[in-house]
Order: sequence, then structure tokens, then C-alpha cells
Amino acid sequence: MNEVHCKINGVEITVPEGTSIYQAAKEVNVNIPVLCYHPDLPAWAACGICVVKLENSPKMVRACATAVSEGLSVITHDAELHQVRKTVIELILSTHPNSCLTCPRNQNCELQRLAAEFGIREIPYEMNIPSIAKDTSTPSIVLDPEKCIKCGRCVAVCQGMQDVWALEFIGRGDGTRMAPAGDIALNESPCIKCGQCSAHCPVGAIYERDDTAEVIRHLRRTDNVSVVQIAPAVRVAIGEAFGYEPGEISTGKTYAALRRLGFDVVFDTNFAADLTIMEEASEFVQRFAHGKGVLPMITTCCPSWVDYMEKYYPELIPHFSTAKSPQMMMASMVKTYYAERIGKSAEEIFHVSVMPCTSKKYEIVRCPAMSSTGAQDLDYSITTRELARMIKSAGIDFANLPEEEVDPALGIYTGAGTIFGATGGVMEAALRTANHLVVGRNLPKIDFEAVRGMAGVKEAKIEIAGLEVRVAVAHQMGNARHVVDAIREDLAAGREPRWHFIEIMACRGGCIGGGGQPYGATDAIRKKRIAGLYKDDKQAIYRCSHENPQVQELYDEFLGEPLSEKSHQYLHTHYTARPLYTR
Amino acid sequence: MAFHHYILVCGGTGCESSKAGDLFNQIAIALDKENLRDGVQLVKTGCFGFCEKGPIVKILPDEAFYVNVKPEDAAEIVQEHIVKGRPVDRLLYREAESKEHARFDDISFYQKQFRIVLRNCGAINPESTEEYIARDGYLALEKVLTSMTPDDVIAELKKSGLRGRGGAGFPTWRKWEFTKAVQEETKYVVCNADEGDPGAYMDRSVLEGDPHSVLEAMAISGFTCGASKGFIYIRAEYPLAIRRLQIAIEQATAMGLLGDNILGTDFSFSIEIRLGAGAFVCGEETALLASIQGERGMPVPRPPFPAVKGLWQKPTVINNVETWANIPVIITRGGDWFAKVGTEKSRGTKVFALTGKIQNSGLVEVPMGTTLRDIIYNIGGGIPDGKAFKAVQTGGPSGGVITAEYLDTPIDYEHLQELGSIMGSGGMIVMDEDDCMVDVCKFYLGFTVEESCGKCAPCRVGGRKLYNILDRITKGQGKQEDLAKIEDIGHAMQRASLCGLGQTAPNPVLSVMKYFREELEAHITEDKCPAGVCKDLVHYFILPDKCIGCTLCARRCPVNVISGERKQIHEIDQSGCIKCGECYDACKFGAVVRR
Repeated sequence: MNEVHCKINGVEITVPEGTSIYQAAKEVNVNIPVLCYHPDLPAWAACGICVVKLENSPKMVRACATAVSEGLSVITHDAELHQVRKTVIELILSTHPNSCLTCPRNQNCELQRLAAEFGIREIPYEMNIPSIAKDTSTPSIVLDPEKCIKCGRCVAVCQGMQDVWALEFIGRGDGTRMAPAGDIALNESPCIKCGQCSAHCPVGAIYERDDTAEVIRHLRRTDNVSVVQIAPAVRVAIGEAFGYEPGEISTGKTYAALRRLGFDVVFDTNFAADLTIMEEASEFVQRFAHGKGVLPMITTCCPSWVDYMEKYYPELIPHFSTAKSPQMMMASMVKTYYAERIGKSAEEIFHVSVMPCTSKKYEIVRCPAMSSTGAQDLDYSITTRELARMIKSAGIDFANLPEEEVDPALGIYTGAGTIFGATGGVMEAALRTANHLVVGRNLPKIDFEAVRGMAGVKEAKIEIAGLEVRVAVAHQMGNARHVVDAIREDLAAGREPRWHFIEIMACRGGCIGGGGQPYGATDAIRKKRIAGLYKDDKQAIYRCSHENPQVQELYDEFLGEPLSEKSHQYLHTHYTARPLYTR
Repeated sequence: MAFHHYILVCGGTGCESSKAGDLFNQIAIALDKENLRDGVQLVKTGCFGFCEKGPIVKILPDEAFYVNVKPEDAAEIVQEHIVKGRPVDRLLYREAESKEHARFDDISFYQKQFRIVLRNCGAINPESTEEYIARDGYLALEKVLTSMTPDDVIAELKKSGLRGRGGAGFPTWRKWEFTKAVQEETKYVVCNADEGDPGAYMDRSVLEGDPHSVLEAMAISGFTCGASKGFIYIRAEYPLAIRRLQIAIEQATAMGLLGDNILGTDFSFSIEIRLGAGAFVCGEETALLASIQGERGMPVPRPPFPAVKGLWQKPTVINNVETWANIPVIITRGGDWFAKVGTEKSRGTKVFALTGKIQNSGLVEVPMGTTLRDIIYNIGGGIPDGKAFKAVQTGGPSGGVITAEYLDTPIDYEHLQELGSIMGSGGMIVMDEDDCMVDVCKFYLGFTVEESCGKCAPCRVGGRKLYNILDRITKGQGKQEDLAKIEDIGHAMQRASLCGLGQTAPNPVLSVMKYFREELEAHITEDKCPAGVCKDLVHYFILPDKCIGCTLCARRCPVNVISGERKQIHEIDQSGCIKCGECYDACKFGAVVRR
């Protein structure tokens, strides 16, 4: 790549061609204020706060969207730039409710931070705040148009990164806002509840539905047993809310915190991930080695992906693994197997999950199979962000918590279960066990590097019992379409499908980049979280799901064997074609 | 077959909406009745430009210029003028000053004009390719295809000095050269016909009156830059222009002037029409391209410029209608000829839509460098009703106001900019003493606020705030600090808005701050609208010593708030007065005053 020489505030710097002024300035430790810009997204150049001056040019340009060129000399800060930026911030503030104290983004808001940094003490312009009701139509996210600053990130995420096209710009002038086309409700739109819009929103205009009040209310009851599970991706991200580096493994502290919040029993979704692998790998072996069912088989742990497929690719339903996600497998086991063990009925158990995900809130009511125990299998699903708030409000000093252990029965997990939280993890875990199911022993090398990493679509081949298994892994919904379209092509042409087994996760990086994770995720942070999970895997005593002694115990005592009748009753589900628009 | 008379009836949108279509039919019926169809050719032309006087009928070879013609006049014109050879006196155009009849060639409205862009408007039937060809149409394309290289064409354009007529005045040859230089298989040529400035309609008139000139120019550009596909992006509110374009494209394609192997060469070029839904911002080129691609029309930052990465990321030449219309003439008559017209930095002519408080409103095309005084007084015939000139607004919602002391400024891109206004697409609105400059600003800001795409914060929010401040000022609720706020917001909008719409939206108010600050301050500090326009600041009173009790004002008052017996002093009930000014206009004794 060619290099470009330029000057930032007189400091000479050499950067690769195509580097934006914003990035180049960072190289020389100059921060240009931004609001609409996000490193995950192409520069949209809307807010007008990152304007800079070019020497010998009368115009101001946007640092986010302007590439440096040879000989360019940039002035990033001076009195006029300060004045212009401040005026723009004041203008934006004049359209934004002054309700920071009760906002879900209080103390974690990019607009609030800018206002603080610019020392804005009053808004000199009259306030014009539209009065538009919140969209609370989905169980996952809340869209509050009054707080929206029209930065366009959510639309770029929904259309560009995720290829979902639920959100669109509607209206024009100062009536512009983000909503599903035709101003319908989110649950009437193609929205897949992935919550990436909420993870990218700089303010409190789109956020997770907060279920903490309900959870806390139930925890005060004495007539139930409260059981909680935490997802793989939570342990490497929740620490960020307490000042830890991304990727720090906080499993033991999280267990301890959950007990201090009042949960009677702490289980780990990683255990259920092992269980999922037992079912899913068995299902794959059935399809691949015994010809029972169509290929390729596609994973279904991700409820947003399930929703996307049901809406955009319903003809591929037969290709979906019928195995429930780990969250839902755990839930049904908690309210059956575990309830039996402690002599309680399903109704007497209050079960909550902590997930990196907003879509998991939707999954718990997705279809009747999610109430396989007679009751709703999982009462509430809260996000990592919600748990962090609960911990803070309960006065728990997270940093000084002891490392505690998980409760027995549905707690022990293998390294295969933990890597579910990273893109490629489900595939790797499934292959470890599928191979064992077929050949009766583990692969010589169980690290399966080819499916790891941040590439949008990863392909690999592995030999199982002399047969070539071709797999593909995609993360971030927009990448999934490439894979799914290729499958469609193969099927339409009557060709042998180019892959046998496909893993798809809706969020970038997999669940560690979920829509319910602590704010501010970038690829650098995602990579650290992923590294945390693989470290957890490396350190594990058992690294293959079939080696999990408690999973074996569960089969021995309750389920029988994978794909048994009881497994089907509790651990499998079905899918339905859904219209993109219901209005 | 030779015709002894030609009857040209204006078929532009303005005249059509004044029943010119009906008039045309009535003339046809009258001609049939007199059995004159063999000797008289009846032509529906494009716009004559003299819209003030429409519908217009011109009869050749007599150079008779009939104005304000109604359908019921048709029989008389045919009977008297054609059959008996006696012009219909009452319909002939008379000069405002001399009251004399004027032959077409002598009409002062046209005399100072120099028509390149509008050369065929009002002269040919725009639905006939043959008529276009008869006036040297497609000669330029033939010349380019048979005897010129792409570099020759660019050299000719460079010599001509033609600059984009869409507003910014970027040299056309450079745009073309950028696109030509990019090595790409697919390139596009786009005509920006998304004319949207309030009151501006020069592009519409060209497309209605001379559509082939644009098609020919686009084909020349396709040959020069290496494109084989063109798009015309035109707003759906221009149905007549769209229809004439469609007809022109069909005819040109049928005649081998568009399509595959044009004029037997290996150059192929086709043109498609894309309709816009009428968003002003879609006149901004990146928003326009997004709209053609089926996306929401919102600007994106440049670079990359469309010339390098445009439609579907391919190199795209994009020019506006008026620019295109100049191209064939530059090729046929040469860049040197063209460069002799106009000023050193601004060559050629510019079409202005002259409207507002002016005798002769209409489309005028003048050489660059013509003074505002010439346009307003010599062509436009000055201000009606003996009122005093106050200012002229150029460049539409992106421009500013120019005061009497600058009337002798030669108009070109640079001079207008120096005065804090812009050329823009050529809107020119004349204002007299009865116009309130604050109200004028409010009108333009209302327009840009409505038309902002909503993408960038400075324009979306800043425009609204400016509008609200002006609105308060016109209602007598202005505050002294509002002036500083206007400056802060205006400055931020100019510097930090993403596209031209937002960057220029504060221009009208900032230029009024500069030239009419006293008037603005009068609203704020004295609760007074000197022009008497802002209703909340205006009050009508009856002077007891002047009122003779004629009752005229009371009878005119639409809300019956003037009381008083015959021959008694009248009085206005202020609480019910809607400040329409009817009483003021009605009183013959100067007894009704406004303050």
C-alpha cells in the first residue's frame, strides 16, 4: 500500500493511503471530537462535529470522511473550530431531552461526554423536542425517538452490517427520524432483535428492554427457588463495567455476585452448550454419516439468526438443526431434571439467564417449544449490561469479590462449551464431538484454528473417518447472506452443497460482540474478548463436550441418550416461516 | 410546399396553464374553417420567455407578437390577420413606456438578450426532431463523431470557458476530463434536471422547448468520456417536460441519433429518464445519484467526486440542463466564438428567471457581465406602480440580497459572490419598498428547513432554529441577542453542513443582516416592520381629521371591524383587525395609515 505524508497541526506523519484525517490525527495523539462516527461503520459524515481545516483552503472538511492526501496540512483545533463544534453540539442538545438522570445511558453517553468536554453550561437555543411515543413492541429493544440525534448509526448497522433493513430514515428536515419503513412498529418489521442498533447508538435512543426490576422483585420472594445461568460471552465482558480489560475472565466473580444478588442456585450456560453439542453433533452425524436429513446442516443457537432465516430464507428450515440453544436447553433442564432433583415443581422455580444478547429476551417466548416444561421454561433473560447495573445498585464491590464455584448438577463445563461465545466456537466444539461420535476417539489436534478469527466468512475442511467434512462459519448477519445465498444456489442447481455444516451468528465476532454487551465494542475489544474465551478453553480440564461428567450424568439419569424421545421433548424445537412485514 | 404564414403558439407550462392549449386548438379549428391549413403552419413551440404576457402567439413572417391571447381570440386572429392581412390591434404587444406597438425584433424585453441556451425555445416545435435539425440540430454530434477526437472536444470546451450553470460554476471541461481519464469499462452521463429553486424554471423551459439540445449534448459527452448510457433525472412535477423528453428520445432513437451505432459509427449511447419525487436536496449531485440508484436522496461527502466515483460507483459526468444546452453550440460555432460572449472568467450567457416586483417577468438570457440594472430596468421594464426598488435576490434559497448601490455590478460568478450572493441556478427576484426583508428571509428559510434531508445536524437543526428566531422577530418577539445567535448558527451551518443546501441556507439571512440590519433591528427594538408586511407589527388607524365618512373602508373590510356612520369619522376595532390592508388601499383621502 502506498504511503502518504501529511501534517497534523504541523506534526509530520506518514500513514497508509486512504487513512482518514481522524485516524491520522489519532496517530499523533490528537483526538478530534466525533459523534456520528463509529469504527465499525463507514463514515456517514452527518453530525458535523469532526470538522477540521485544511491549510490554504477556505472550507472545513469532515475528519471522519476525508482521507489524507500527499502534502495535506490539517488544523484540528483552533478558536473557530471550537466555536463551530460547540454551536453544533448546542444545536443538537436543543433537540435532545435534558433527562440525563433517568436515561439508560446516563454516565455512558457519547453526547453527554461531548457536552461535558465542551463545558456546555446552558443551551442558548429554544428546545424543540418531538413528542413521539417509544416503540416497546419487541421484548428485546426499546426505540425512543425523542432521544434520537439522527446520527444514522442504527440504520447503517441494521442495513449495512446486518443486512436486515428493519430501520430506515423516515421523514425529512427536522422531522427526520429512524424507524421501520412506513413507520410501523419494530415487531411488525423485519427486525431480528439482535440489538446491534442499541450497541452502536451513541445516546439512549435505542436500548435493551430493562427487566431488572422484575428480576429483583422475584428475587425478594421466598416461595421459590431462584436459579440463574450465565452465558459464555458474559464472563469475558462484564469486567469492563468494573474497570477490567476486555477479555478478563470473571467467571468466579460473576458467580459470587449473582449469589449476593440473591440467586439461590448458580448454573452456567456453558454446561448447556456442552449439552447442545451432544445433541447437535449427534444430529449432524445422523445427517452426514447416516443420510437422515438434509445437508448442509445449519446451527441455531442464535435466535436472531433463527428469526432472520424464518423471515428471509424460510425454505431452508429443513437445514436447521432442531437443537435448541444452550439457554433454552438449560432452562428446560432446570425446570424438569433439576426441579425433580430438589423436589420442586417447574412453577416453584424462578429462572433467569444472563446473556450478551437482546434477542435472547425474544427467544424465551419465540414458540410453544420454549415452554416445554409446562411453564415458560425461562422467566427472564437479562443482558450483561443489565447485570452490571444490578451489581452496582446492590452495592457489590465486584473487584474484591472472591472467585466462587458454580453449583453442581448443571454447572460444570468444558472448553468446548466456553468457546460458544466466539465466532467459530460452536463449529469447533461440534467437530470435536462429532469426530468422537464417529470414530470413538478425539482428534489428534482439537484446536481448530481455521474457523477462528474475525474474517466474515471462514471455510475449512476436516476429515472424519476418511470422509471430508466441509464447513463454513459466518458472523455478522450481513456476512451470513453470502453463505446462505451460496447454499440456495447449490440447491437450486441440484449440486452437492459446497458445505456440510454451517455456523452462523448474527453479531460481529459472535456472542462476545452481542447487542447486550457493555458499550463501546470495537474489533480490538472483540478480539480481546475472544482471546479470553480461548484462554478459558485452553485452561479447561475437559475440552470436549462429550467429556463433561455432568452432561453424561444428565443423560444417564434423565435423558437417556442424545436424540432420545425425552431429548426431543425438551431439547429440540421447530421453526416457522414468518412474513417480513406483518402490517 | 411553402407556407405563407407561420403561427407559433407558446406551449410552455406557464402559457399552457393559461389555456394556451385550448387557444392552439381553437386556432386550428379556425384555420380548418377557413380552409387555410395548406398555407399556414401552426406550431406549438416551447416557452418564449416573456411569461408576464402569456399566452403568446407569434405570426411570421410579419413578426407580429400577440400577447395575453385567449382561446376566444383565435377566430379573430385567423380572420383578421391571416385572411384579411390586418393585424389585431388590441392584442399586439405594446411597449410599456411608449405605448407603441413593437415588432418582435424591436421589443425591448428581447433586444438586450442574447440567446444561446434558449435559441430554439419559442422558435421550433419541440416535438419535431426535423425542426431541431433544421436549426443545426445534431450537427455538433455529427461533427464530433466524424471529425473530432475526445481530446478535441475537451479542448473546445476548455477554449469556450463554459462553467457549470447549476450554481457552483465548476469548469465543465475539467469535469469531463476527470471522467475521461478514469480507466473503467462502464461510465455514465447524467443530466441534472431536478430544478427546485422557488421561482426558477429555466431548465424546465429548455426541456419543454428544446429537448434535443440536451440529448445531443449528453451523447457528445458520452462519446468524449467513454460512456454509453445516460440518465436524465427530472422531477415528476414537470410532466410536460417529461413528455417532450420522452418524445424526443423516441424520435432520436428512431432516427439513429441515439441508440446503437449512432449515425453509422461504432458509438452507441442511450438515455433513460428517471423521475424524482421533488425533494430539493436531490439537486445536489451525490443525493441525485443516490436517488437514481433507488436510495433515499441524501448527500455523501466528496471526494470521491462523481466524476471519478459516481452512479453505482462508476465515473459519472453530471451537468445541469442549462450547461448541456450550451454544448452543441460550442461545438458547431467553436469554443472561441463562445468565449467572446461574457466576461473573462465567466464566459457565455446565463438564463435568469426574473420575477417579483418587475414589469416584465419571465426568462431572460443575457451575456455574462450584463449589469443588474440592465436586466431589471431595460429588459425587465423596471418596478411596477412607480414603487421604489429595494433589493434583488439572486441564487434562490442559497443566495443573498443585493441593494440598489450595487445595481451596476456586472453579473458573473465572482461578482455575485463578492456581494455575498451567488449565481445559483439563476433565480432573480426583485423586491420593492413594500417587501420586508425579514419576511423574505423567513420565506427562504422556511423552504430550506422543509427541504433539508435531515442528515447533518448543522442544517437540520440550525435551519430550524434560524427559522424560529426569524419567526419570533416578525411577530415582535425578537430579542437583541437573537442577532448574535443568527450569526453563530449561520456560521456553523456554513462551515459544518455537509452539502451546499445547508452551507448556503443561512445566506439570505446573513446578507440581510449585512445590508438591512436597520430593518431587522426595527423589528426587534421598535416592534416595527418598516415595510408594513409583518402583520403582528403593523396596525391600521383612521386619522379623524382626514376621514370624511365615505364608508368605503368599512364596506371593503372583510371582517367588518370598521365602524362609523355615513359622513361620520370611522374607527377600526384593533382587536378584530386582520391587517389585510384593504382599508389602506381603499381610502382615497389618505385617512387610513399604517404604522
